Formats: sequence, structure tokens, C-alpha cells
Amino acid sequence: MSDMLVTLALILGKLLFIFGVVLFMAAYLVLAERKILGRMQLRYGPNRVGPFGLMQPLADVIKLLTKEDFVPARADKWLFLIAPGITAVTALLVFAVIPFGSPLEIFGRQVPLVVVDLNIGVLYFLGVSSMAVYGVVLGGWASNSKYSLLGGVRGLSQMVSYELSLGLSLVPVIMMARSFSLTDIVMAQQSIPFVLLNPVAFGVFFICVLAESNRIPFDLPEAENELVGGFHTEYSGMRFGLFFVGEYINMVVLGSLVTVFFLGGWNGPWLPPLLWFLFKVLAVCAMFIWIRASMPRLRYDQLMNLGWKILLPLSLVNILVTGAVLLGLG
Amino acid sequence: MFKEFAKGLSITLKHLLPGHSTTVEYPKQRLEIAPRFRGLHRLVPAQDREKCVACYLCPTVCPAKCITVESEENEKGEKYPRVYEIDLLRCIFCGYCVEACPVEAIEMTSAYELANFKRGDFMYDKARLLKS
Repeated sequence: MSDMLVTLALILGKLLFIFGVVLFMAAYLVLAERKILGRMQLRYGPNRVGPFGLMQPLADVIKLLTKEDFVPARADKWLFLIAPGITAVTALLVFAVIPFGSPLEIFGRQVPLVVVDLNIGVLYFLGVSSMAVYGVVLGGWASNSKYSLLGGVRGLSQMVSYELSLGLSLVPVIMMARSFSLTDIVMAQQSIPFVLLNPVAFGVFFICVLAESNRIPFDLPEAENELVGGFHTEYSGMRFGLFFVGEYINMVVLGSLVTVFFLGGWNGPWLPPLLWFLFKVLAVCAMFIWIRASMPRLRYDQLMNLGWKILLPLSLVNILVTGAVLLGLG
Repeated sequence: MFKEFAKGLSITLKHLLPGHSTTVEYPKQRLEIAPRFRGLHRLVPAQDREKCVACYLCPTVCPAKCITVESEENEKGEKYPRVYEIDLLRCIFCGYCVEACPVEAIEMTSAYELANFKRGDFMYDKARLLKS
């Protein structure tokens, strides 16, 4: 009985820890992005609030919370109100299966540093991450505005185009690790990370993850220049803030997934596992920001071409080749 | 395609290095003003009065019609502007008044921080124009 209580308390503790860390990271990722983006565009970025602009996230939150929470007159009110929540919550949910450190030894107990070590963690991630598009689509549809609707439609079609390759690019990883559990996948990379063993799968997965995060070069649903902001055109105040934070939570989560699947998770020499994990996640996030600063947005048809004619066949062939090699190695 | 990607990424990375920002942090740093910058107007004073002889050339040439002049004769029998007002909210800072003036009684300074709180504060009368 007490054993179960301790396990429960541990899970609760880990949940709180992850919640706090991920939200903190999301808030400062916004600042980091604005700073780095500014530098890459020959500006400074925010540097007025506090030293080096470090209090900027706080100022942003205060601003968003005190703004009017506006609902358009002919909007579908209920859907309009819950759509931002779907985006933020689904992004957070994925983190439940991500192992962020090697198991700890506390008072003779083996504590795995993951909320739940699902034996079908990969499937859980794929399922929940496809739910995230509902926030975009419902928000776009419920706003009753043409720009929002176009944004929602684009989000949906984009999701259909890349989600297949996203799943298929993970199949070689599962084949190499012989498990659907994310912890086992990290364990299998103890000697050599999968990015070196299977760079093609990494490339496809990385491109799909960029698309999944709805960021440049795949920010078609948002597309400030054409759609005024796409699915979140009609949102204001903290509801817009939720969409915004959701995007950055998504960045952290997807960065962690890239780390877990291909970069060897917490494995690394010298430094403690938790630091290695954090470092790798931040590196992937920095890559996201760097790409955002450098690339133009893909056109609608270019995205379809990329998804269906290049990524999908590539990942299918990659599965075949990986399977053949694994068979050959016995 | 990959070559272009790499090129784009390298350019942004180069910009990331310190010392590449072109921002001037305005209240602290300022750009140098050009010698012929057209800022706030100034009426040039002579020994005991303004140089202006109230010839009405500046309100005539003013395309924004922002200058009001009313002339009068002083005790020595000289013409002088009893009223000389510029409405800065109407002024377009074209500098035609300076060009038109036959006695070089009006010129433009380099002052450009002209924000104010009330509409009335933008009416510059003779006393303010002489001091500016």
C-alpha cells in the first residue's frame, strides 16, 4: 500500500517538475528566439525589460493577461474557446512518455526519469501529436473568418502530407531498437546514436518535425503575409497566448523527441545524463530557430510535392534497406 | 538545393556573430544630423528686434499654409511682425520659407524631438521662435 503511495507521489513530483521546466523553457525559448532572430536579421531583439531583456517573458504574460479576451460575434463560441487549450494540452501530453534522464537510485528505489514508460510510447506520441492539429483546425473554423478558415484548412492538409512520413521515418528506429518504448530506444543508442546509423531516417524525421511544429519553412497555417496570422487571426489576449505557448512547448517536445529517437537521449560522456539531455534539446531548438531565420515559406503545392513525392518514397525505401541490412547482420 | 540551403544558413550564422547589428539604440545613441537637416524653425534676432520685416513672402510661399504673419510699424517707422506664428501640426518642413526670405530672418535648426502633450503646444509664436 505505502509502496503504491510512494510511486504515486513520485509520478506527481515528476509531473510537476516536467510541467514547470517545460513551461519555463517555453517562456525563455520565446525570448531566445526573438534575440537570435533579431541578431540574424541585424537587429538586437528585446533588450529593454531587465538586464539583456531577461524579464521580457514576464512582461509579455502580464500584457497578454490584461488584454481583452475577444470572441467574434458569429463565432462558434464553445469551439473557439477550447481550441487554444487543445493545442497547448496535447503538446504537454506528449512529454509524459519522454525519458529525460537515466534511472535514478533514491533510497534504494529505482526511479525512472520518465512519467510513464509506456511500452507503446512511439504510438502514443504519434497519436497525441496528430491531435494537436485539431486545435489549429477548430480554432480556424470556429473563428468564422475567411483567413482563419484558410489557415485551418492548410493546417489539416499539411498534417495529412507529412504525418505519414513522420510515422514511417520512425519505423527504422523501432526496427533497430526492437522496441516501441522510448526508454528502450534510448538504451539501444548507448554506444552509437541512430543519427549516425541511419541519417536518412533522421533527415526525414527532422523535416517532418519542422512541419509538425508549424514553423517556417512550414508555417502555412499561420502565414502572416498572406493570411494575417491564419488560424489565430481572431484570437486575442491569453487565448492567443495559449496558441503561442503551445507552439513553443511543441518545440521543446519535438526537440526532445529528436533527441530520444536519433541523438541518443541522455547518453553522453563526462556530463550528467540530465544535462546531456537538456543540451541536446536546446541544440535542436537552436537549429529550429536558425532555420526559421534563414528559410522562406514553402508554397502550398511545394509542401505537397515534398511530402508525397519525396519524403514518403524515401522513408519507404529506407525501411526496406534498413530491414535488409538488419536481416543481413542477423 | 543543398548548396543554397547551406549558403542561406551560413549567411544567417555570420550575422549572428557580435558586431553585425545595425541598430542605433535611439535615446542613448543618435545618428549624426546632416548639415542641411530641416528641423524646427527659428526667427533670427537682430540687435534689439527680430530680423523679420514682415514682407509676407513666407506665408505666401508656404505650401501647407501654416505661417501667420501680421505686420505693424514701430515708432521708428520700420515694418515688423506684430504676430508671427507657425502651426507645426500643419508644417511639412519643406524649408520654402527659409528660401523665400529676402533678409534671412528665418532658418531651420536641427531640433527634431518636437513631441508635445496639447494641440496648443504646437503653435509656435514669435517669442518661442526667437528662442528656439
